Amino acid sequence: MRWLLLKDLRILRRSPLLVALLVLYPVIIATLIGFALSRGPDKPQVAFVNEVPESANAIELGGERIDVTRQAGPLFRAIDPVRVKSREEAIAKVRSGDVLGALVIPEDTTQKLQTGLEPATIEVFYNAEDPVKASYVRDTIKSQVADANRALTAKLSEVALGFLDLISTGGQYSFLGRDFDVLGLERSEQILTEAQADLPRGSPAREQIDQVISFARLARENLGLSDDVLSSVGTPIRVDQTALDGGATPLSSFAVSIAVTVSLMFITLLLAAGVLALEREENAFMRLVRGLVSRTGLLVEKAGLAAVCSLAVCLAMLAGLSLFVELDWGRFPLWLAALAAGALAFAAMGLAIATLAREVRAASLLCVMLSLPLAFLALVPSGAVAPGLFDAIRVVSALFPFKPALEALDAALNDGSIAIHLLHLLALFLAFGAAARLSLRRFAG
Amino acid sequence: MPEPSTSVTRARGAPGAGTAVLEARDLVKRYGDREALRGVSLQAGRGELVAVIGPNGAGKTTLLSILAGIQRPDSGSVSRGPAEVGWVPQQAAVYGKLTVAENLRLFARLERVDDPEQTVTRMLELTGLGDRADDQVGRLSGGNRQRVNIAIGLLGGQPVLLLDEPSAALDPRQRERVWEFVLSLAAGGTAVVYSTHNIQEAERHAQRVIVLADGELLFEGSPRELEDAVEREASARGDFEESFVSYLRQRGH
Repeated sequence: MRWLLLKDLRILRRSPLLVALLVLYPVIIATLIGFALSRGPDKPQVAFVNEVPESANAIELGGERIDVTRQAGPLFRAIDPVRVKSREEAIAKVRSGDVLGALVIPEDTTQKLQTGLEPATIEVFYNAEDPVKASYVRDTIKSQVADANRALTAKLSEVALGFLDLISTGGQYSFLGRDFDVLGLERSEQILTEAQADLPRGSPAREQIDQVISFARLARENLGLSDDVLSSVGTPIRVDQTALDGGATPLSSFAVSIAVTVSLMFITLLLAAGVLALEREENAFMRLVRGLVSRTGLLVEKAGLAAVCSLAVCLAMLAGLSLFVELDWGRFPLWLAALAAGALAFAAMGLAIATLAREVRAASLLCVMLSLPLAFLALVPSGAVAPGLFDAIRVVSALFPFKPALEALDAALNDGSIAIHLLHLLALFLAFGAAARLSLRRFAG
Repeated sequence: MPEPSTSVTRARGAPGAGTAVLEARDLVKRYGDREALRGVSLQAGRGELVAVIGPNGAGKTTLLSILAGIQRPDSGSVSRGPAEVGWVPQQAAVYGKLTVAENLRLFARLERVDDPEQTVTRMLELTGLGDRADDQVGRLSGGNRQRVNIAIGLLGGQPVLLLDEPSAALDPRQRERVWEFVLSLAAGGTAVVYSTHNIQEAERHAQRVIVLADGELLFEGSPRELEDAVEREASARGDFEESFVSYLRQRGH
């Protein structure tokens, strides 16, 4: 087996174009997928529940009625809202994967906005099992709430500035149907100056009035700066976010997991399928299994070669990516275990595919045709498709190594246990290995 | 169309049991309902050249595959196991990206020969490819590639060599070089059993000919005896190949 391994490595060394393609192709594909994922879905489905009574949808600021529900307009243009009746129903929909997230407007929202004593708080729930969609929901809702905050802040500032202007310069003010004449600091200063002039020189009241005039001038001048201050402060609405399931993988780290898993998949599949198909293409297979090497031994050699080569490339990729993304090198043994288990499962799948083809090119084409759709299926977020279809996708994804390899690597790179994923990959390795071994039997015919 | 014959023309005695280095008895092989071999027996003596001829689909490759241990017969027996028989497939089973010497060295190591380097040197001499030892096999001509293919079949030093249509797809000059090589092996004592659909090739090189048709053994004897049988039984008169076709037709094939 050692001599076969050396032979395969020598053949690879003499095929620099093939090796370059084998490494570059997955890296390019992984980069493209990374870009595509960073965009997120166009309109995520988000459960929406408004607990504010219809009668309390409007608030009155500065004598002007503002319909708060209108502030939700831009948000509804950015998401696909699924209206539900209760907070519990919204949370259940997130948990089941029917929607990407949930937005709950509590009953006291408008009341808090009206009083202005404390910020109104809206609740956002999202499923954190997939960092891509979690990040997308977070960012979308945050961005829309920020827009609503800006609009409300502007309105509040406008009202507040009106009051300040009234205090500064005076004028008419209407409240609850009654009109008030507000004197204002400017006119107060003017009246006091005129009154001070009428007082006899040396009167102690002149000095006291002088102090009041100085205060009124100073207050008026400082109130002139209030518009700048008001426009820079104020957050009428706060967002309270809750992750319901899954870990807290940063998106950049998850993108690394995807890029490396895609590379691992392509390199291992193509290499395993290629080196086995080469034995048939060169007509050497029968010569080898006539007693020189057992069929199982041949499969083990090919799987080992493909797994070791792809493992080396992927570790190099991780080392390179760690220059740009913070990765925890303390978890290196877990990276190694996840990559090795994934590589073995992909290798077994590649060997099973190779038994269907007589030529390297046909085996490679089969690998690409099978693996790409499976990888994309595994990345379909819950809530992006109908629940029944998503369940079917989950079953299909579990039958192939991409999804468990991605989950194992994600858990290895971030916080999480990889044991269950390793067992899953081991089961797939054995299943595809057995399929390849059974399929090899018919080569004798 | 007449029913296929079940009688075998044995024109000459096969090698005695003591001198036979390869013996197969009553080999039967079925693929589903189709019988690819129907009770075929064969013997080959030391240094003997045995040709297996017959039309396409006669069962030649199936017979050699069973003798080589690649396929198992449904019934019947072969006196030697796969490790005791050298086998050269019809298509060259060599790695195009490896050099001639690397191919020989790889298979010598896999065959676990005592001294791989010495064996490679000997094979390079035997094939006359010493000056091409460092050339990649993919760059060799079809004839030279076939010589490497045959040399690999000989690496284990087995007393029997099976060749499946060794000169197919070769031009006359390349064919000639391959036959020179095979004849030198037989002269050295190796029993050579080869299949061919080229009757002239059987007539010219074989000491004994076995005729198969539809999995059935029709004739076993020397090329001269086959010629006599064909001329005696065939109604048509022309060259040997035409007479042979007529001979097969008369027997229902």
